[in-house]
Parts: sequence; C-alpha cells; structure tokens
Amino acid sequence: MVKFLDIIFNTGIGVALLGFISASAMFLIWWERKVSAWIQNRFGPMRVGWHGLLQPIADAVKLLLKENISPASADKLVWWLAPFFAVVPAVMAFICMPFDKNLIARDLNTGVLFMIAITSICVFGIFMAGWGSNNKYSLLSAMRAVAQIISYEIPLTLSVLTVLMFANSLSMQDIVRAQSKYWFIVYPNLTIAFIIYIISATAEVNRAPFDISEAESELVAGFHTEYSGMKFAMFFIGEYTNFFIISAIAATLFLGGWQGPFLPPVVWFLLKTYAIVFLLMWVRWTFPRVRVDQLMAFAWKVLTPIAFVNLLIAGLFLIKTR
Amino acid sequence: MLPDYGIILLFLFLGIAFVASAFVVSWVLRPREPNPIKESTYECGEVVKGSSRVQFNVRYYLIALIFVIFDVEIIFLAPWAVIFRELGVTAYIEMVVFVLLLIFGLIYAWKKGALEWQ
Repeated sequence: MVKFLDIIFNTGIGVALLGFISASAMFLIWWERKVSAWIQNRFGPMRVGWHGLLQPIADAVKLLLKENISPASADKLVWWLAPFFAVVPAVMAFICMPFDKNLIARDLNTGVLFMIAITSICVFGIFMAGWGSNNKYSLLSAMRAVAQIISYEIPLTLSVLTVLMFANSLSMQDIVRAQSKYWFIVYPNLTIAFIIYIISATAEVNRAPFDISEAESELVAGFHTEYSGMKFAMFFIGEYTNFFIISAIAATLFLGGWQGPFLPPVVWFLLKTYAIVFLLMWVRWTFPRVRVDQLMAFAWKVLTPIAFVNLLIAGLFLIKTR
Repeated sequence: MLPDYGIILLFLFLGIAFVASAFVVSWVLRPREPNPIKESTYECGEVVKGSSRVQFNVRYYLIALIFVIFDVEIIFLAPWAVIFRELGVTAYIEMVVFVLLLIFGLIYAWKKGALEWQ
C-alpha cells in the first residue's frame, strides 16, 4: 500500500515535470524567435497573444493537426522509434534537476554522471532518425551530428570532472551546497572549465555556430527532413529541452545553482539557467557557422588538450591548498 | 521510498507515455490522404537518384575509435576526481602518468593524421 502511494506520488512529480518541460520548451521557442528578431532588427511573432506569446501553442495545435507523411522507402521501425529517443532521455534527465533545496525528484548519489549519460542517449535518436529516413540529407546530417557530439563529449566531461574535484561528490545537491561560500566559477581553473563546458555544450545540442548537422543551406533540415506533424514537434521539444538541461547543468555546476540572496531559490535557479540560455541564443544569432573540418579539429586539437591540462593544474592547485 | 533506480524506471515509462499520448492524439485528429508523390523520399523536388546507403568517409570511423578510448579513460577518471582530496599526492602522480600516456596516444593519432578532415 505504502509502495503504491509512493508510486502515485512520484508519478505526480513526473507529470508536473512533464508540464514544466512542455511549458519551458514552448517558452524557449518563443524567446528564441524574439531574441533572433531583436538581434536582426525585426519584430518576430506579434499576432497570437501579447507579443506573440501564444505563438508556440498555436504552432503545437497546427502540428497536432498535420498529416503524418511517412516515406515509403523508410526503415519504418527505426523511423518510428527515433522521436522517442529524442524526448525520453531529456525527460529522464529531469530526475536530478535541483530546482531548490527540496524541489528535486530524486537526488541520486550519482547525479552528475547520470545526467551526462542520459543526455548522451539523444545521439541515438538523431542517428536513428537519419538512418531510418533513408534520405541522403538526413543520413549525412546524422553522421555529422554523431561525429560532432561524440567529439565534444570528451572536453565537456573533462570540464565536469574538474568541478567534481572541487565538489567531492557526484550528487547535484552536494555540488550546490559546496558552493555556499563561493560560486565555483571564481576559481581560475573552473573559469576555464566553464568556458570549455559552454563551448562543448553548444556543440552537444547542435546549435550555431556548431550547427553543421542542421545546416539549412546544404542539408535542408538535416536529420528531421522526412518528419512531419507530431514527430517533428517531438524533435523540436527534445532539442529545446536538451538546451534547457545543459544550461541548467552549467548553472548548477558553476554558478551556485539555487543559492543566492533575497530571492527564493527557485527564482535564482531559473534566473541563472535562463541567463545562460540567453547567452547561447546570443551566440547562435551572432556567429557564422563553422566548417566541418574546423569543427572536428577544434574539439580534438584545442579543447581536449586544454581540458586535460586544466584538469591536471586543478589537481596541483587542490594539493597545494589542502 | 522508491529505490533510486525505481524512479528512473518510472520516469522512463512516463517519458514514453508522454510521446505516445501525443502521437495518439495526433493520430485521432489528423487527416489521411497519402499518395505516392507525398511518400517518396525528399530530394528537393527532384526524382530520387540511387540509394541513400552510400559509402562514408572513413574519418567518421577513426573519430569513433578515438572517442571510445577517451570515453573509457574518463570513466576511470571520474571516481578519482570525486575522492581526489582524500587520496592526495600519490594518486595524483599516478593519474598524471595515466593521463600523459593517453595524451601521447592523442599526439600519435594527431601526427598520423587521424584527426585531419580532408
């Protein structure tokens, strides 16, 4: 009986988080369009609701009513499963998202490792979409996306490991509590780690200037060229949820998570997360796209060596101040 | 309390239910008017030429191999990083040796041209 109530309770938490994920993805889509419009000196969505605030809802309804076009030559099973792989890991990553001291679905003792592992599964969604579509653009895009994501995974994880050396724990809440005196970003090693993390994270979620897998001018829409209606919407939700997740991890690991004076902790957490979201949007709409060879060379020849050296120097620093 | 991995399983089902329910709602509401032109593979309006299962640059494979090596290394680094302060100097030196070996591996791959994308 107790077990049953517990499952009901946790399901409630999960449904609340699903609501938050949908609302957050919709808000991010609206905000991205507004920020891009602002940077490009135009208005962006204005018609539906106040300053187009209801535009994502209108889009969602439109996509819900769209016909499902499945290409005859597609690998049907893989093609159908791909949207699940795009969204489900993003939902699962919210299990250890520390909104507040107690507002967390479960503070897993392997939190950070779990987050990194589960968000990496999205690669399968991208590759399955590209392979299953049986379309040259999709397959090319998927290959590029996978090569890019696995290359940037290394510097990203190394920068997270640098944080772990300072925090001495894998649990998200412990990492936030370890920053009660100073945010981790004030340590020089972790400032470098933060910059590496932000660059790699931008590449991980396939955003400009690292969006060669969705380069419209050469690959149409990339791996979701053949998707329409709700399946396309799922890729979109997955993409923006991952965007929120990487920003939230950055806020938690480097900027002190929910800690901050005066305002309630949840507000601080969201403020920091959305500040990083804004930074990445700004980058996306300001910088031109890089070439695929430059992209791979940058990951392996610049970021990875810097991340390794940074990790070793952080070790020296910690031994000296022990 | 549900066990830690119980909640992960629960969220896995919730995520699948979320996507599936969206598909079901759309399945009920959407129109169905398939025709062969719509179902053909999209290639900018041109008639599709050849199979899309084309040969790929071998670089992708090399990158994947290097990734596997470094990913395994990171798994070894993770527990070390977490209890670093308790382990002290000896473990640090051991890890420096380990990391340097792998960095030599990276330099070797670099010199052999495995990282060039041309």
